[in-house]
Amino acid sequence: MNALFTLAAIIAVISTTMVVTRTVAVHALLYLVVSLLAVATVFFTLGAAFAAALEVIIYAGAIMILFVFVVMMLNLDRDDAQRESTWLTPKVWAGPALLAAILAGELLYAGIAGHGAIVAAQEVGPVQVALALFGPYLLAVELASLLLLAGLISAYHLGRDSGRGG
Amino acid sequence: MGAVAPTNAILLAAILFGLGLAGVLIRRNLIFMLMSIEIMLNATGLAFVAGGARWAQPDGQIMFLLVLTLAAAEISVGLALILLLQTRRPTLDSDVGNRLKG
Amino acid sequence: MQQLLALVPALPLLAAVLLMLSSTSINTNGVRILGVGSVGIAALLACRIAFAQTGAGWAVQPFDVTLWHWMRIGSFAPDVTLHLDGLSMVMMLVITVIGFLIHLYASAYLDDDPGYARFFACMNLFVAAMLVLVLANDLLLLYVGWEGVGLCSYLLIGFWYDDPANGRAARKAFIVTRVGDTALISGLFLLATMFGTLSIPALMQHATTSWPMGTAMPTLAAFLLLGGALGKSAQLPLQTWLVDAMAGPTPVSALIHAATMVTAGVYLIARTHVLFALAPDALLATGLIGGATLLLSGASALVQTDIKRVLAYSTISQIGYMFLALGVGAWDAAIFHLVTHAFFKALLFLAAGAVILRMHHEQDITRMGGLRTAMPGIFLAFVIGSASLAALPLVTAGFYSKEAILGGAWDAGASGRLLWCAGVIGAFLTAIYIFRLLFVVFFGEQHHHPHGVTGWRIGVPLAVLAVLAIIGGALQTPALLGGIAIMPGILGGVFGTAREGALAVLPLVVASLVPLVGIGLAWRWWGAGLTSRFETRFTDLLRDGWDFDLAYDRMIVQPLMWLVRVNHHDVIDSVYEGLGALAKRAHAGLSLSENGRVRWYAGWLAAGSVAALAIAVLS
Repeated sequence: MNALFTLAAIIAVISTTMVVTRTVAVHALLYLVVSLLAVATVFFTLGAAFAAALEVIIYAGAIMILFVFVVMMLNLDRDDAQRESTWLTPKVWAGPALLAAILAGELLYAGIAGHGAIVAAQEVGPVQVALALFGPYLLAVELASLLLLAGLISAYHLGRDSGRGG
Repeated sequence: MGAVAPTNAILLAAILFGLGLAGVLIRRNLIFMLMSIEIMLNATGLAFVAGGARWAQPDGQIMFLLVLTLAAAEISVGLALILLLQTRRPTLDSDVGNRLKG
Repeated sequence: MQQLLALVPALPLLAAVLLMLSSTSINTNGVRILGVGSVGIAALLACRIAFAQTGAGWAVQPFDVTLWHWMRIGSFAPDVTLHLDGLSMVMMLVITVIGFLIHLYASAYLDDDPGYARFFACMNLFVAAMLVLVLANDLLLLYVGWEGVGLCSYLLIGFWYDDPANGRAARKAFIVTRVGDTALISGLFLLATMFGTLSIPALMQHATTSWPMGTAMPTLAAFLLLGGALGKSAQLPLQTWLVDAMAGPTPVSALIHAATMVTAGVYLIARTHVLFALAPDALLATGLIGGATLLLSGASALVQTDIKRVLAYSTISQIGYMFLALGVGAWDAAIFHLVTHAFFKALLFLAAGAVILRMHHEQDITRMGGLRTAMPGIFLAFVIGSASLAALPLVTAGFYSKEAILGGAWDAGASGRLLWCAGVIGAFLTAIYIFRLLFVVFFGEQHHHPHGVTGWRIGVPLAVLAVLAIIGGALQTPALLGGIAIMPGILGGVFGTAREGALAVLPLVVASLVPLVGIGLAWRWWGAGLTSRFETRFTDLLRDGWDFDLAYDRMIVQPLMWLVRVNHHDVIDSVYEGLGALAKRAHAGLSLSENGRVRWYAGWLAAGSVAALAIAVLS
């Protein structure tokens, strides 16, 4: 289990790095899908099978597909890729990379330092989650559906203008 | 099935979050910025799930579900806006929208 | 009587306010009734009060009227209290009676002036302020009156404001007296902090019990009060403003700069004489300043060619006599001379004004001459005034008051004898310069002809003042000549019984004959009209008032102007402007970070959260 976790973690980090550094949008998207699948594996090793399933089905399966479709609609070509690489000079990424590294370092430090005994992950099954969802978190579910409705309406409205040809 | 330390998962989440932040700050193309934001959201969800696994409570996964919902809504609106931008004024450059300058 | 006393300053004040408010809508007759009538009624009330309060042996029954409690700051609680005793009664009578005569005169003098109502408003305000000054029982209230008369003096000197020279003269007067006022207010601060009160009786009481004679404290306080008196009374070194103040209308010169305001300094010292008695150095200084001033300005008066400037220098000189008297401790003599001086100096100014009016507003005596046949009444008035000023023996008021001063000086030790000599030389000079003026204006050939007729409103005040200038001597005569003691009786309650020194006959006779010699000399030199007798550089120096103006310009004005030029871009201001410039630059710098780029903002967000996390994690 531990080995699987480590492997999935390494794959996640590598593919995320690739996402951030690609010049062709579709390439980056595909690497992102790989990253999401790796994270799903991590969920599985943590005993959160439900979360793993959700990750694969919704995140990698729906959201990323939506992303892919839109990118294809944008018709990005070689010139765009060329432009991307001009925008990725060291002058551009040195500062932000340093900042992000410091932030990650702080988070790592916060995570490592001062915790008690190392506890092993415990499995939390779908039944437990369902019971909690329809119990104490009922209101949260309703709010989430409202949020989705809002997103739906706004996407439809914005898309309508776009369809008319602006 | 329970030999993984959730602490390591949190560390992984930290690294992924950092990478996502770097992406947001470095990339100029709006599509890539959105992708980097997705990475950050995903890392946050990972942290939640790890927390839930540590304390053997479903709350972690429920939060993850809500984060997922949020990501879905946000991505749909965001992409619609990107399409709008592409048709109105054919650009995906985030630096173009600087009319709030000064 | 209490209520009547409050009315005396209140009526002119009310009239002033009414005149100011209605200056555009009121007609000439209304102004005359209101402006002159208010002072007339105040004079009547003053006489009524004087009559009621004076008892046997001319002793005055004093009383206080507290109008309201002014303020209370901790233990400092001055009241607005009017105090009537012999001294303030004498001053009140002088101000109101002579003020009324001058107001009557002014109603004809300024007959067709467009600022008629404004003039009488300022004059009434002046009378009210001066009355507050002399009736005040509290030095703070006195200071209110002091400032009020200074303000009115400024307004009235610059009455004809269209001519910028008048404005300059008014400003000069105000600024020079301001120097004295600063000394005065410093003195008031000192007294208030030392004793916690400014009520005059309380102060004098405290001073005598807590301050031994001749120590630093009373001397300092007395010198500061003396400084204030020097400014207001135009004595050395602050005498430069009075001559330029002649730019104002002649009634103003008569009332403010001869009879009343310039005597405020004398009144102040007389009122606080207890304090001055504790400071012999200050008294000595007073006497010496008085002596020096009377000589210097008497000399200057010898060579003036403007009729009013002669009288101005004469005023400075005569007030020098009063200061001399104060300096040797002859308080009643100083006040007596104040009263007679008010009579004959007002007479001289009004007569001069009448001459000026008849000569088409001509003031240069070189262009006058032989006027005695054309205006006999004015000539007679002028003769009486000049005689009184020169202290013609036995028949004039000036003689008796001057003898009182010189007698007091003779009795006061070695420094007193020195001052007596100065006084006698001054009397000699006085006789010369005033009779020079008389002979040049009224004798000799008539070069320019006067026009018009002098009306009753000018004639009556001249007549009344002429009579007073003669019989006023009957207020106090030496034992040898009748021993009438009206003045000492009135003032006895304030100053204590006068010292009866052994009457020295020789000094009396010498001092009486000196003016006659002077008159004879003047007749010899100028009897036939003006001849430019002495035209040397020295006389030019005299004419310019010993070049005090030049000295002050070089010593004070020029350095200040240099400082103004150097500090043109104010150093202090640059601190505040620098703050503004700094803020602007900071704004410019910070607004560079608002470049509208999303990534930039996200980056700053990230940096901020990094910093916050660092604090949270590492502490």
